[in-house]
Amino acid sequence: MKEMQKTDPKSRYYGEFGGQFIPETLMTELNKVSAAYDKYKTDPDFLEELKTLLNDYANRPSLLYYAKNMTEDLGGAKVYFKREDLNHTGAHKINNVIGQALIAKRMGKTRLIAETGAGQHGVATATIAALFGMECEIYMGKMDTDRQKLNVYRMELLGAKVHPVTTGSMVLKDAVNATLQAWTQRVDDTFYVLGSAVGPYPFPEMVHDFQSVISKESKRQILDVEGRLPDAVVACVGGGSNAIGSFAEYIADGDVKLIGCEAAGKGVDTDQTAATIERGSTGIFHGMKSLFLQNNDGQIDKVYSISAGLDYPGVGPEHAHLAITKRAKYVGITDDEAVDAFEYIAKTEGIIAAIESCHAVAYVEKLAPTMSKDKIIICTLSGRGDKDVASIAKYRGRDIDE
Amino acid sequence: MNKLQKIFENKKAFIPFVVADDPDFETTVQNILTLADNGANIVELGIPFSDPVADGPVIQAADLRAFKAGVNVNLVFDIVEKARESTNVPIVFLTYTNIAFKFGYEAFCKKCHELNIDGLVVPDLPLEEQGDLKKYTDKYNISLIQLIAPTSDERIIKIAKAAQGFIYMVSSMGVTGKREDFSNELSPTIKRIKEVTDVPVAIGFGIHSVQQAKDLSELADGIIIGSAIVDLINKGEDLAEYANKISTAI
Repeated sequence: MKEMQKTDPKSRYYGEFGGQFIPETLMTELNKVSAAYDKYKTDPDFLEELKTLLNDYANRPSLLYYAKNMTEDLGGAKVYFKREDLNHTGAHKINNVIGQALIAKRMGKTRLIAETGAGQHGVATATIAALFGMECEIYMGKMDTDRQKLNVYRMELLGAKVHPVTTGSMVLKDAVNATLQAWTQRVDDTFYVLGSAVGPYPFPEMVHDFQSVISKESKRQILDVEGRLPDAVVACVGGGSNAIGSFAEYIADGDVKLIGCEAAGKGVDTDQTAATIERGSTGIFHGMKSLFLQNNDGQIDKVYSISAGLDYPGVGPEHAHLAITKRAKYVGITDDEAVDAFEYIAKTEGIIAAIESCHAVAYVEKLAPTMSKDKIIICTLSGRGDKDVASIAKYRGRDIDE
Repeated sequence: MNKLQKIFENKKAFIPFVVADDPDFETTVQNILTLADNGANIVELGIPFSDPVADGPVIQAADLRAFKAGVNVNLVFDIVEKARESTNVPIVFLTYTNIAFKFGYEAFCKKCHELNIDGLVVPDLPLEEQGDLKKYTDKYNISLIQLIAPTSDERIIKIAKAAQGFIYMVSSMGVTGKREDFSNELSPTIKRIKEVTDVPVAIGFGIHSVQQAKDLSELADGIIIGSAIVDLINKGEDLAEYANKISTAI
């Protein structure tokens, strides 16, 4: 693991953030997952199987694409896209799912459960469960099953059972609650495949490690084509899995600016936002000490974003640490800006990117023109946008049949 | 001897649970008094939380009713203060970590001390993460109640050794709420606990019938009943009668 994570004597922490704040019922199981992960993360057979699946099944390495049209149009820094949208299942989520499912398999588990927001993580989990011949149950907020119907059907097609979660605000946060509860009911044969860089240790570390393939590749690729490191790496942040994967290999390279784009919803100054780092405060929830949107009483806020994947009141503990130590910068992007970017990248580059990823694209549109032409930005396109087409049409007042 | 621990001397303890401000301030105060008058040895008062991951649908619904009534932490303290005018029944809080953390661990414990709160049950704060809070529960002489689950296994000994007041033995897997069957691990687990500590053990999660209370009380030093009481309060059934039946049966 990275040196910075060992600065705290308790290696479950990133600086002051992290830990394992979870009911006692799950602690033994969590320790088993930690032990298994420690054992396999350096095991040559495990790593070989992981690599083979990533390359042959998930279509890695993903492309690093020079966005010439956008670069010229914006008139500043060169813009490269790291194309996680071209992965099998259409998003970065598969990287982590393959890794965690391989751990689950080695632990003798036969059943995978997972939360999902936009549905991308649920689809990836259902996909690998099908491949491995495992049972699969997915928890998804009712709001999200309604706005991402296509992904619900995809999961069912892959053999998973999808549970619409009707508690709380019925979005990603509540899906995590429901999955944690389901896990406390049945641990013996069940592995919780956590999709974001959140939750109790060792999940943030596993997600970091399995998603770091993004920046391992992008670093090699940019050195190949440009002969130097990028000046900025930009990624969207909900819980922060694609962002941590996009940042990981550059954290030690102090000259590379790391920028996470949070969902500001209707604006960071409104209560319809999910901009956790900009607006949140330290709290303890979902197994971790991190930054959360919450009230003065410690009640977790309902959050809002047009993007079901960024609609989360917390953020991974490593991001909280990167923010507090100012190694990374986090900015809020509104619904309007993200939707504009969704249309912009489609028309300029012929890429329909996920609305989540378009939060990062929107920031690149602001950032690139402020940088000179010899500078380089790598922006992660975490997923493809097919799933969003209907809801963006609706946002623009067009009702299309799904 | 610890004050909570003393309660278990020569008797099985009945520990009912109610959610603060469900459905309102006055009713909660009255329910605490009713329970105290009808055999409750300790009352566990739940501080509502937006995302109670250890709780099943009945307590989740109670939390929502409390939020509807406008509950906040200071109001929960006011409820205890009001109840304290009429009863000295030992009270422990059930609180999720973030409530106490956000209030400030020290300020929270100090307030508990002022209100004569004897213990804290914190379902999402396992032994390894208790250090920061423990500093202040110790300072203000409040028992940090340890939970032991059917899955605790190798952790049983170290948790039991750290226990104060009483040990909350989780009866079965899953979240709070009525059930008919309890873990086969209960007896062997309690036996292992007893080998290393004198701290009494109370079983909770899922107990609702008088017979269950009686049977499980034979395995342990006390029983905790939550969802069944919360449900009964919600349905407007006779709390005094139920509490009486349970306390007589155990």
